[in-house]
Amino acid sequence: MASIRFSVNGEARSVDTDPERPLLEVLREDLGLTGAKYGCGEGQCGACTVLLDGAPVFSCVTPVGDAQGHRIVTIEGLAAGDTLHPVQQAFLDEGAVQCGYCTPGMVLRTVALLRDHPAPTDAQIVDGLNGNLCRCSDYRRIMAAVRRAAAATGKKS
Amino acid sequence: MSAVNRREFLETAGAGLLILATAPFADAQRGGGAGTLEARLHIGEDGVITLLSGKIEEGQGALTELAMAAAEELRIPLAGLRVVMGDTLETPNDGTTAGSGTTPRTVPLVRRAAAAARQLLVSAASRRFSVDAAGLEVRDGAVQSAGGKYSYADLARSPDFAAASKEPLSANIALIPVKDWQILGKPQVRLDTRKLVAGAHRFPSDIVRPGMLHGRVLRPPSYGATLAAVDLCEARKMPGVTAMRDGDFVACAAPTAFAARKALAAIAPTAQWKTAEQPSSDGLFDYLKRHARPEGRPQGQSRGSVEKGLAEARIRLKASYQVPYVQHAPMETRAAVAGWQDGQCTVWTGTSNPASVRQQLAATLGVAQDRVRVQVPHFGGGFGGKHTAEAATEAARLAREAGRPVAVQWTRAEEFTWAYFRPAALIEVEAALDADNAISAWDFTNYNSGASALDTPYRIPNTRVRFVASDSPLRQSSYRVLAATANNFAREAFTDELAAAAGMDPLEFRLAHLENERIKNVLNAAAQRFGWARRRKNRRPGAGIGLACGTEKNSVVAACCEVEVDAASGTPRLIEVVQAFECGAILNPAGLRSQVEGAIMMGVGPALREEIRFKDGAIVNAGFGDYQVPRFRDLPKLEVVLLDRKDLESAGAGETPIIAIAPAIANAVFDATGKPVRGMPIRAARG
Repeated sequence: MASIRFSVNGEARSVDTDPERPLLEVLREDLGLTGAKYGCGEGQCGACTVLLDGAPVFSCVTPVGDAQGHRIVTIEGLAAGDTLHPVQQAFLDEGAVQCGYCTPGMVLRTVALLRDHPAPTDAQIVDGLNGNLCRCSDYRRIMAAVRRAAAATGKKS
Repeated sequence: MSAVNRREFLETAGAGLLILATAPFADAQRGGGAGTLEARLHIGEDGVITLLSGKIEEGQGALTELAMAAAEELRIPLAGLRVVMGDTLETPNDGTTAGSGTTPRTVPLVRRAAAAARQLLVSAASRRFSVDAAGLEVRDGAVQSAGGKYSYADLARSPDFAAASKEPLSANIALIPVKDWQILGKPQVRLDTRKLVAGAHRFPSDIVRPGMLHGRVLRPPSYGATLAAVDLCEARKMPGVTAMRDGDFVACAAPTAFAARKALAAIAPTAQWKTAEQPSSDGLFDYLKRHARPEGRPQGQSRGSVEKGLAEARIRLKASYQVPYVQHAPMETRAAVAGWQDGQCTVWTGTSNPASVRQQLAATLGVAQDRVRVQVPHFGGGFGGKHTAEAATEAARLAREAGRPVAVQWTRAEEFTWAYFRPAALIEVEAALDADNAISAWDFTNYNSGASALDTPYRIPNTRVRFVASDSPLRQSSYRVLAATANNFAREAFTDELAAAAGMDPLEFRLAHLENERIKNVLNAAAQRFGWARRRKNRRPGAGIGLACGTEKNSVVAACCEVEVDAASGTPRLIEVVQAFECGAILNPAGLRSQVEGAIMMGVGPALREEIRFKDGAIVNAGFGDYQVPRFRDLPKLEVVLLDRKDLESAGAGETPIIAIAPAIANAVFDATGKPVRGMPIRAARG
C-alpha cells in the first residue's frame, strides 16, 4: 500500500492503494471516473487513453504509482461546464460516434495530436490515432471530426 | 407488460396513459397467438412522452431511429421524447435485436402506437373544442383548431383524454405518408452523441452499485477441459474476498478488480483439469469436410438439372473457398453487474436479447423468470456477438454468493477465447458456361457456415445450392449478416473467374445475368461513381480493380475497389472503395451512412487479415496485438452512394453493407495478378 498523490482534472487527489494497480482501475473504481474504458489491458486499443502531463498514455498498462505527482486529464475533465471542448464538439457535429465506447480515448488522443500538430495532415492524423481502435469502424468520420476540430481550434488561436 | 409491471412503471414514469399496440413480431417469436397488447408509449400528465421498446442500442442507431418514428407520428420535436429500451420490466418484448429487424418490424409497431396516440389526443381535443376531429390539426406537440390550441400536456391532464382513451381505437389508423415526413428521411445525429463525447454515458461495464465487488472467473486451460479439483483456501484468507465453486464454475469477488485477480491467481495453481483432445486451425477445412452431416438438414434449392447443365457445358470451372473463423471483438467486452434484493435479481448487461438472457438467468439461478430483471444500457458494440448471457450469469452467481452486487467484465483474452465466433466456411462451387457465354449450371455447397444468401441472384437455368452442417471445432454463432458474407464472397469471386473464362468485363457479365433491377441499380451506381469503364481501360501497374454485388435482408449492395498488391508478400493494400447501397425508403440518412461506412471497414478486417488460429483447444492469437482488426492505417479513399427508394418499404441496414467488400477486393487482386483468389484473408497466389 502507498499513498498516491496526483492531480486529476485539475483537482488534487490522494489514493491509498497498491501502486501496482493500473491507473485505469483507480480512476474508474476509486475516483468514479468511468469515462476511460477497458478495451484490451495491453495498450493495443486506446480505449483507456488519458492525458498524463498533457501526453496520451494507455492507463490500462500504467501503474498508478507512475502517476504520483503528475497531472492526469480524463474525458470528464475536458468540457468547461456545459461547453464541450472543441474536439468533443467536433465529434458531436460530425456524428463521429456509433457505440461510443472508443470515443473518450479518441477524443483525448485527438486533443494531444492537435497540441503537437495544430493543423495536421491526413498522414499525421492517421499516425496519431492509429493506436486507437473503433470496432464500429467509423474511421472515415472520425478523421473528418479531427479535421473539423483542427479547423475550429485553428480559427480561435 | 404484466399488470404488476405496469403499476411499477407508472410509479417511475408518473401518472398518465400507456398506449397499447399489438406486437405481432414479439408474439411470433414467443410462438404465442395473435393479439396481445404491449405498452409502447406513455403520455405523462406533465406532457413528457416516453417511448418503450425492448430493442437495444449498441451503436447501430436504433434509439434514434425509433425516436424519429414516434416523433414523426406524434408531430413533436425529437427533444420532446424520452426513450426507454431493453428492460425486461418496463419495455415490451421486441425479440432479439438482430437480423436487421428493427427497421422493418419494430419501426412500424412504434409508428402505429404513436399514430394511435395522436388519434387519441385529437379525439380528446375534439371533445374539448366540441368540434369534429376532421377540423383539427396536429402540430408541434399540440392539437390546433381555428379557435385555439391544446398542448399534449393540457390534453393529457384533461378529463376528455381519460374519456377518449376509453373509446376503442380505430383499427386502421393512418400513418403519415412518406411524402409528408418532417423528421423521418432527414439526417439526424444520434440522440445520445453528446453524452457519449462527454464520457458521461454509463455503459454496462460502467455501472456502479452500492457496496459492489468485482468478480473474476477461473477459466479452463483449453476447450473441453473439466475441473477435477481446486482449493479455494488461499483466496478465502484474503480480506474482503468471496471465493466460490459450483461444479465447474469457480470465481472470486473482491473490492477491486486488482484484488479479484490476485485472489484468482492464488487458487488457479491448485486447479486440476482433465483435458480433452481438440482439433486445430491447421487442417480446419479438411476437418469440416470430414465431419459434414449431409444427412442432417440440408438447406437450399435446385432448379433444372445441374448434371445436365454441366454435361452440356462449353466451359466447366470448379473451385473451393475457405473462410476462417473470425470474431466480433466489440470494443466493450462482455460485462454485467448483478445485485440481489429480497430474492429478486437485477442485472445490467450488454446483450441484444434481454428476454432470452432473463430466461437463461432464471434457469441457471433456479428462480422464476419474474424474479429476474434484465436492463440493457446502450452498450459498446455487439455485431451479433452478444446474444448470450455469460457475464450476466457469472455476475449473478457471484452476487448471490457474496450477498453484495458484483461486476464482471471479461478480459480481452477471455472475450477472444470464450465468446463465440463467426462460423468458418468451406465452399465448393462448380459452374458451366454455354456457347453464348451464359452461366448454364451452378452447383454450390457451403459446409458449416450457414444458408444466408445461399442462392444466386444470377439467372441460371440449372442450379443446386446447399448448406451442409458440420461439427464446428469452435463455439460458433451469429455475426453481422451470418453466412451471407462467406456465400457472397465465394459466389462473387467465382463469378469473376467465369467472366474471365467468357472473356467478358465483370460488370457486363453480371448485368447480363441479373434480373433483380435493384441490384442492377446499385451495381451501375457504384460502377459509374467509381469510373469503372474508364479505369478498366487505363490500368495502373501493380494495381487492380474489382467489383461485387449482392442482396440480403431485402436490401442490395455493390462495391467497386482498387488495390495494390505487394509483389514480394502478395499482400493487397486497399486504395479506394466506392459502395452503393439501397434499403428502400431511408429513415435516417446520417445513421445509414455511418452503418454502411462502418460495415465496409469492418468487412475489410476478415478480408485482409482477421483469422482466429487455434491449437490444442486454445486460441493462439487472443489479443489485438496478434488478431489485427482494421485501424486508421487501413482506411482507403471511401465513398458511399445511398439510393433512396421512397416507393419501397424501409429495410434494415446493419448487415448487408458488409457483404460486398471482401469479394470486391478478391476480384481486384485477381485483376492485378491474373491469379484467382480462393480464400480469406486475401493473398495473391504466388508462382
